Amino acid sequence: MSKKGRIVAGALAPHPPHLIYAENPPQNEAKSEGGWEMLRWGYERLHRELPWDEIDAIIVHSPHWQTYVGTHLLGVPHFKGKSVDPIFPHLFRYNYELDVDVELSKAIHDAGKEAGLQMKMMTNPDYRVDYGTIISCHLANPKWNKPIVAISSERSNAYYNVDVMQERARALGEATRKAVEASGKNVLLLSSNSLSHRHFVTEGELPEDMSKEHITSHMLYLWDMELIKMMKAGRTREMIDVMPEFTANAIAETDAGSLTWMMSTMGYPTYPAEVYAYGSIIGTGNAIVGWHEDPNHPVRKVAQ
Amino acid sequence: MNDTIVKGLIVPGLPQPLLCPEKNEGWQQLHDGFIAARKEIEAADPDVLVIYSTMWPSILGHQVQALPQPEWVHVDELFHDLGSIHYKFDIDAELAEGVVEAGKARGLQIRTTAYHGFPIDTGSVVALKLLNPDNERKAIILSSNVYSDRAETIVYGKALLDALKAQGKTAAVISVMTLSNRLHTEFIEPEDDHIHSAKDDEWNRKLLEFLAEGRLEDCAQLSRNIQKQIRVHKVVNFKSLWWMSAVMGAHNRYEGEVYAYAPLYGTGGAVVSLTPSEVGAGEREFDEADVEVYTGERNVLAGTKTRSEGPAPGPGSDVEETLT
Ligand SMILES: [Fe+2]
Repeated sequence: MSKKGRIVAGALAPHPPHLIYAENPPQNEAKSEGGWEMLRWGYERLHRELPWDEIDAIIVHSPHWQTYVGTHLLGVPHFKGKSVDPIFPHLFRYNYELDVDVELSKAIHDAGKEAGLQMKMMTNPDYRVDYGTIISCHLANPKWNKPIVAISSERSNAYYNVDVMQERARALGEATRKAVEASGKNVLLLSSNSLSHRHFVTEGELPEDMSKEHITSHMLYLWDMELIKMMKAGRTREMIDVMPEFTANAIAETDAGSLTWMMSTMGYPTYPAEVYAYGSIIGTGNAIVGWHEDPNHPVRKVAQ
Repeated sequence: MNDTIVKGLIVPGLPQPLLCPEKNEGWQQLHDGFIAARKEIEAADPDVLVIYSTMWPSILGHQVQALPQPEWVHVDELFHDLGSIHYKFDIDAELAEGVVEAGKARGLQIRTTAYHGFPIDTGSVVALKLLNPDNERKAIILSSNVYSDRAETIVYGKALLDALKAQGKTAAVISVMTLSNRLHTEFIEPEDDHIHSAKDDEWNRKLLEFLAEGRLEDCAQLSRNIQKQIRVHKVVNFKSLWWMSAVMGAHNRYEGEVYAYAPLYGTGGAVVSLTPSEVGAGEREFDEADVEVYTGERNVLAGTKTRSEGPAPGPGSDVEETLT
């Protein structure tokens, strides 16, 4: 029998374009004087601690590929294009080039369909990959040397309610796990979302002026901390159980189902997650968090 | 009579009427409605087209497209299998700058966006491709702020009017919107398309009945109800008709023409034209006030805030006091 595929790690990997803007990679046209270092350094530590030699592909679930009908997956092997953020075009105009693991995408598509979900492959080569996918993938792996699988969010929170979103994200997670295991591949999962998600509606002259950056409200901060505490304690089932309340109260970007999908795909880890950073970006709450399958990862050894 | 705005149009933004009208009779009717509306634009001969798109959400205030010639191959993120749309538009950058200046003078946070590759939304692309296929006229495109409510939207409309008047230009204004906006949440065959629910259909028809009578402001005053009844709540409120009536004139003196009404993947798509007129349905008394300058939301519907907790009171803040 061929070897069973594994999920070697999962990461909460938020996608505010500010982090790319602040880093000034050659792909981005907009240039900055820096900013949001704690979060960027958190991403650097996440990158360093991931077992890249083992990882065959990155699977990312993005709130910014919004497909109100069904869950869609990229189905073209190679994309090259320019991504301009519709809200922050002054910060993010990024020339991307990436490979897609179409075989694995198709396997997740098929597994989802078998589970009764509405699924669709995206096969138009002119398609522009969404900026959530691009930003989370860049920040987790700036080398872009692994193929990706990009999954859309079907926004059932808007069309039904947060419970339907939860149910579908859970089912999609189970389908994803089955497909990964059957593929024999080792994958990294990315949940591309912020936590609390109330933006400031104004911006200063210099977006990277860190003297102006703070969480929008203390209530949102408290909710973010509530969730992070559960991540650190390995209480991920409980975290998913409170997700409807969290999403509503923290106006959270978890409404897209990305984090629920990732936890379901990972089978709700009971070991502690490594929190690499927490910080605000234009008022929203962002955490960079890793769940490492390796029982010898330091964060898991401390807990033993 | 408003001689700056010579025409108002309501058109849907989903791509089917542009990319595959032949696949469904209703989609074809909508396509043909666009063509009829285009003829009306030609006859009215405005200097510019102004698009207000519910499919372009903004967060940092309001954005106005100002790149003189945006060019791209656009693919819809949901209906990508219907094909790619090549476009190259002529944008009136001067007017875009004028709207920003006028908006700032009226208290709005507003700026232009002028970047190659900026993702112009499907609705704006569809409207311009069908209504202005050879760039006969220059256009501008305005975003729809996610958080803004009525006062801000009305002021946004008035800022456009200020800019048009200052530059001595006439315009046709185009609201890119569906009526009911609930899509089917399962894939359907084109021939099986229908309005998502009978309730959505009834509301759509009632609105179209009013619009056919030229009752723009009556419909605009129904916006909060429309939001509750037939809109999936992706944004704070349903704003297109507030904006449109602010620009065109907050009354009912229009000649209305409903060219088409059909389901678009479950939503209610309609092509409607409104022409300023001396007659129409005349004057009525309206519940909600006309606003000139934006001074912050008044939270008139929150009802529980005291003065000290709430935002600085704006004009007409007596409403707020009545509720507290
Ligand atoms: Fe986002």
